[in-house]
Amino acid sequence: MNDPNAAHTEAEAIIAVANLVKQFGRFAALRGVSASFHASRMYGILGDNGAGKTTLLRILAGLVPPTRGEVTILGKNNPREVCREFGYMAHPSLLYDEMSGMENLRYFACLYGLEDARCADIIAAVGLDPGLQRPVGQYSQGMRQRMSLARALLNDPKILLLDEPFSNVDIRSAREMVKLLARMRNGGKTIFVVTHQASLLDGTADEFVWMDSGQIINRTPDLKFMETA
Amino acid sequence: MKKAFPILGLLTAGLLSYALYEGLVVAPKEQTMGEVQRIFYYHVPSAWTAFLLFFINFLASVQYLVRRDPKTDKIANWVVITIGVLTCVAPYAIPSLVPAGARASSIATTGVALVGLYFLIKKFFSEQETDMLALTTAEVGVVFCTVVLVTGPLWARPVWGIWWTWDVRLTSTLVLWLIYVSYLVLRRFSSSGQTPVLAAALAVFGALDVPLVYFSIWFFRTQHPQPVIGGGGSIDPRMLHVLLINWLAFLCFAFLVCWSRYRLERMKREVEETQALEALLEPRSALR
Amino acid sequence: MSAAPSGITLATLTKDVRLEWRSKDAINSMLFFALLVVVVFSFSFDPVAEESRQIAGGLVWVAFLFAAVVALNQTWARELRNQVLDAYRVSPAPANSLFLAKAMGNFLFVGVLEALMTPLFVVFYKLRVLGPAWQLLPVAILGTWAIVVNGTFFAAMSLRTRSREIMLPLLLFPITIPALLSMVEATTTILVGDPSTSAKFWIVLLATYDVVFTTGCLALFETVLHAE
Repeated sequence: MNDPNAAHTEAEAIIAVANLVKQFGRFAALRGVSASFHASRMYGILGDNGAGKTTLLRILAGLVPPTRGEVTILGKNNPREVCREFGYMAHPSLLYDEMSGMENLRYFACLYGLEDARCADIIAAVGLDPGLQRPVGQYSQGMRQRMSLARALLNDPKILLLDEPFSNVDIRSAREMVKLLARMRNGGKTIFVVTHQASLLDGTADEFVWMDSGQIINRTPDLKFMETA
Repeated sequence: MKKAFPILGLLTAGLLSYALYEGLVVAPKEQTMGEVQRIFYYHVPSAWTAFLLFFINFLASVQYLVRRDPKTDKIANWVVITIGVLTCVAPYAIPSLVPAGARASSIATTGVALVGLYFLIKKFFSEQETDMLALTTAEVGVVFCTVVLVTGPLWARPVWGIWWTWDVRLTSTLVLWLIYVSYLVLRRFSSSGQTPVLAAALAVFGALDVPLVYFSIWFFRTQHPQPVIGGGGSIDPRMLHVLLINWLAFLCFAFLVCWSRYRLERMKREVEETQALEALLEPRSALR
Repeated sequence: MSAAPSGITLATLTKDVRLEWRSKDAINSMLFFALLVVVVFSFSFDPVAEESRQIAGGLVWVAFLFAAVVALNQTWARELRNQVLDAYRVSPAPANSLFLAKAMGNFLFVGVLEALMTPLFVVFYKLRVLGPAWQLLPVAILGTWAIVVNGTFFAAMSLRTRSREIMLPLLLFPITIPALLSMVEATTTILVGDPSTSAKFWIVLLATYDVVFTTGCLALFETVLHAE
């Protein structure tokens, strides 16, 4: 579906944010973030708690409007206009605990107007069994995060916004997920991963974006930069 | 602007005193009710003022909702103009449409007031300011409405022997009061990001409700007749004169209070913005 | 390749019904609550058959209203767990499809409660309908929809407030007053069966109320859902 040659060409920025400010009352979650991001790259977004990583992702997903500043995704100023093109995953699973994985995905597929067959394919792609009847609430954390990723991948989005996808996940599942993400990046997707476990992305991510106190303080190709407190 | 406030204050104080004098001394004593009837000069203007303030709140809320998107803004403009034209033309062209108890001229006046106020608000208030206007008029409106609901029973008890009756006007006023108190509670209990939008939506719902309340109680009363308080029918021209003076005084007073409250709200928001800007600029390392 | 909104509404409604059927946690407690309400009301007022027809209309609908509020507070509970609402907001699915599905689900739920409470009331109050009984059906349908459509909307509004459970009835009751009056009066008129009175005006008023507020909810729900 994606042109493999597009994978590593220098594309123009598909996401650009300019002077992004987000305040919740007196708390400034983002204090003027300006950056541009290119297609077919994997970005690891790192930083301490309260750095603004989740807020940035939620603004990109269109869940939260910025207080000031501009967001341009795929040429549009309002993320909701291009909501078909991205998949969002957060620390809560965004799934119904009482339904099986397949039932969950069938429902979300309906929201996007997709075929049922796609659901089975996607579940298999993340390494789970589409026929599993067990309700998602009884999954292990690793399985749940993988099913949540499957939901985010359902509409074959160009952009993936993943907030702490590896949290509380066992090492083996986490490494499988990273491999899967790398394959998708090579296939042309742009992936943003907010995580505390930067080492998992070492060698796979194209760039690390370091945030602190609501600003981007550095962008590096590897993990050698460790900001001092 | 700053000088105007104390001048207006003095003017209003003068007007209120004059109106009080007119109401208590000059106005003729009512034949059947006696001196108690004078509370009428307090009760009715409060009601009219409250309704006007709630009407402005409704228009400001609508504006807040439609002005977020230029398309809906334009559509709303045309809808308002159409309603204005219809209310001016229809009651005269098709007299049978006018419901019993209303007059064609009052419908037309309401229509003109609607259009006039809508575009006046649009001209003088920015988007954020319409939200402040909505908050102000809701608060002051609730105060005046409370006055109506308290003076009503105070008047009714000595004259008709009952504290309350479910007549159209009193009950509609009570429901309006309930709706706007819930509006104020919503504003207090929602977090500051979405308060304007949610409150505006509730104000629109309240406005949709009012005619339905009126009709339902009107019909209820035809089925279950109860004593009428407040007296209908014609009014002695001298009493009307005193009534209008009192209304003018009340309007000035309401305007003054609203203006103060509006300024207070604006200052409060400016302080919050400044604090937010400061929080934005200062380094956060101290908090860690 | 976008889904038809009605398809989304139907899928959401089916999903909700299926989930409720599986867990049965809300419906069991609701049924028992409904029974309790009927019993408490019956203890509080123990009228003779003649009087009971006069007041039963009011009692029944107030009881339904209280049961409905408890049900309405659960409307979005499953969507809040695991933040599923975010998944809906991020998708291209129209907000109104979600609203209609939730409102219809609540309608079914409250309808079931009413169907169970009514025979109990008839028994405890020794009710006999003297007027045209078939008119009770449009009253029940229109009245329940009136409570449910606004209740679903205000439940969504209350999501973004403190004291969520008390905000819903606080916002709902004032707005519902004309509908409540209509329901009670219509029911009483039908029960009493006085030939000089007719419930028709109340039924028309209820229908008007339903049309006005369903339109209002559909127009404003998207705004409320996507409020921060």
